[in-house]
Amino acid sequence: MKEQLREYIKKHMIKDARYPLKDDESLIKGGLVDSFSLVELALFIEEQFGAHFDDPELTKDNMDTLNLIVANIEAKL
Amino acid sequence: MSHPLLTSVASLQITPQHDNKTALVFIEGDHETRYTFGELRAQVRRCGHALRAAGIQRGQLVVLVIPHRLELVYHFWGALHIGAVPSIFPFLSDKLNPERYFDSVRRLVQHSGVRAVITTRDFEGALQTTLTGIDVLLLTLEQFAGANAAPENGDTPLADAHDLAFLQHSSGSTGLQKGVMLAHGAVLRQLTSYAQAIQLDNDDVIVSWLPLYHDMGLIAGFILPLLAGVKLVLMSPFQWVRDPKILLRAIQRHRGTLCWLPNFAYNFLATRIRDKDLDGLDLSSMRAFINCSEPVYAESHRLFAERYAAYGLRADALQTCYAMAENVFAVTQSAFGTAPKIDIVDRRALMDEQRALPASGAAPALTLVSNGAPIAGCRVRIVDMQRQDLPERHVGEIAIHSASLMDGYYRRPEESAAVMSDGWYFTGDMGYLAAGELYITGRKKDLIIVGGKNIYPQDIENLLNDISGLHPGRASAFGVPNAQLGTEDIAIVAEVDASALDDDDRRAAIQREIRARVAQNTDMIARYVHLVSAKWLIKTSSGKIARSANRDKFLQEVLNADETPNASLL
Repeated sequence: MKEQLREYIKKHMIKDARYPLKDDESLIKGGLVDSFSLVELALFIEEQFGAHFDDPELTKDNMDTLNLIVANIEAKL
Repeated sequence: MSHPLLTSVASLQITPQHDNKTALVFIEGDHETRYTFGELRAQVRRCGHALRAAGIQRGQLVVLVIPHRLELVYHFWGALHIGAVPSIFPFLSDKLNPERYFDSVRRLVQHSGVRAVITTRDFEGALQTTLTGIDVLLLTLEQFAGANAAPENGDTPLADAHDLAFLQHSSGSTGLQKGVMLAHGAVLRQLTSYAQAIQLDNDDVIVSWLPLYHDMGLIAGFILPLLAGVKLVLMSPFQWVRDPKILLRAIQRHRGTLCWLPNFAYNFLATRIRDKDLDGLDLSSMRAFINCSEPVYAESHRLFAERYAAYGLRADALQTCYAMAENVFAVTQSAFGTAPKIDIVDRRALMDEQRALPASGAAPALTLVSNGAPIAGCRVRIVDMQRQDLPERHVGEIAIHSASLMDGYYRRPEESAAVMSDGWYFTGDMGYLAAGELYITGRKKDLIIVGGKNIYPQDIENLLNDISGLHPGRASAFGVPNAQLGTEDIAIVAEVDASALDDDDRRAAIQREIRARVAQNTDMIARYVHLVSAKWLIKTSSGKIARSANRDKFLQEVLNADETPNASLL
């Protein structure tokens, strides 16, 4: 799951397949992902993993790192 | 809308017959707060009274560093009410570095001689530190919360038509803050002309998620409805971005009729909402969604129309407008009742000869959407580099003459003189006229527009100079089209040490630092951070980095996009 998310973010958001995105790297404060992309990411997560994020949940506190996102998805499954 | 006796924007819908009409519905989370014009006016008078009691006088600048909340509405209008000059500062976001953010407040306060900064208790400590030693009042909403109702007398607006109404800071740029000076008369003339252009009616309902520090949000999504006696439904831009369906649901609930959006929002709304979230949606009340503040893509309209036709969206509801803070707001507006004209022009003639010739046969073509004709009181010319008039269908700089033009940039005489001459304002935007309607093709300056927000590339480049491994002054920032999102992406190409290019960790560390700095200083993300070896970047004969040449090289070499749609528009 984490690898799929990592590849998705690299391909669609950072547009750089070589970028070594870390598990605990800050996506929002780090300027890798913006609020618009979070909505897109949530739709991807719902399609791929069947975990639904209510839109108000798409905040820095829930979505700022790969680790956080995965933990939040797992909590929903 | 016609207010022959109105001389001040502060005269918030003064006719008593409006007192019981809903003025404002403010959406926060799942709650809606509703105010009538009478209630809103009482709040505004209370805030005005409290501001005056705090020592703020007519003509003094008041900067509002307040998140998107009702209090922002009251205090903006409260300041106007006592003849002070308010300016709304952009909101602090998750991405921005707070220290830099507060520092930009300090620079504005010092440059502009601001009398008071109004903020929330949350920001008070940080601002107190930042503003130490500067003669400015720091006030919090909390200290006004208990202020008494204003006495019944003293309700006459203090300003007149020539007085400065408010300052609109045209960009969230880290560079110099240009405060657009707008007089009461200019604002009122704009509202009168624009209301006529959109056939504004007492029964209209305007729905907006736009931030109030942006000209489109401030004028179309705030001042226009409240001054015209039209109901406004307002929500937070932060909430909308996370949950775009709330805009459509609010339109349905309140039978919305008008909504202004930047181009990217059409793509966002067309592609980022689940089908199940649209069950039962009804948009048939909408007279117009007006596309404004970034280049209009025909494709974005097509996507939006396709998605929402099934939900009652009228085919003629997608309209366009060309606007800027320097003219208060609108310069042109497409005619309601029919879809804006589409002009299909020969790509080569546009790029090589700067002429917009109708495309013929199989020659590569570009599709442009008309922004309509000038609104009443506005004139548009297309001029060459010497500011001489160009004929129809020739591309040149757009110049405007208008009854609602700014007085200049506040305390920036040189910048003002550079763009204003003989009553004309030279916009820096490029376009052409055809059959009386205006088409926008690009920009004279290397401005990047992302989601309706303007960013100056030099502001981004200047942030990067001291990053270790990166060659100082050897970075170029520019906008590249993102057809999927319907807006531009920021791309940065930077020359670095050869050793860093081969070392994945060093390469990533430099990219990480670039992205973090851009986000924390500009609230934008740099989508592409492309590191290259020395001599990749093209320089002009005078040794400066040639942004547009580097953008073309990047598009071709990196994105393989020499046939990118709209490439010449950007």
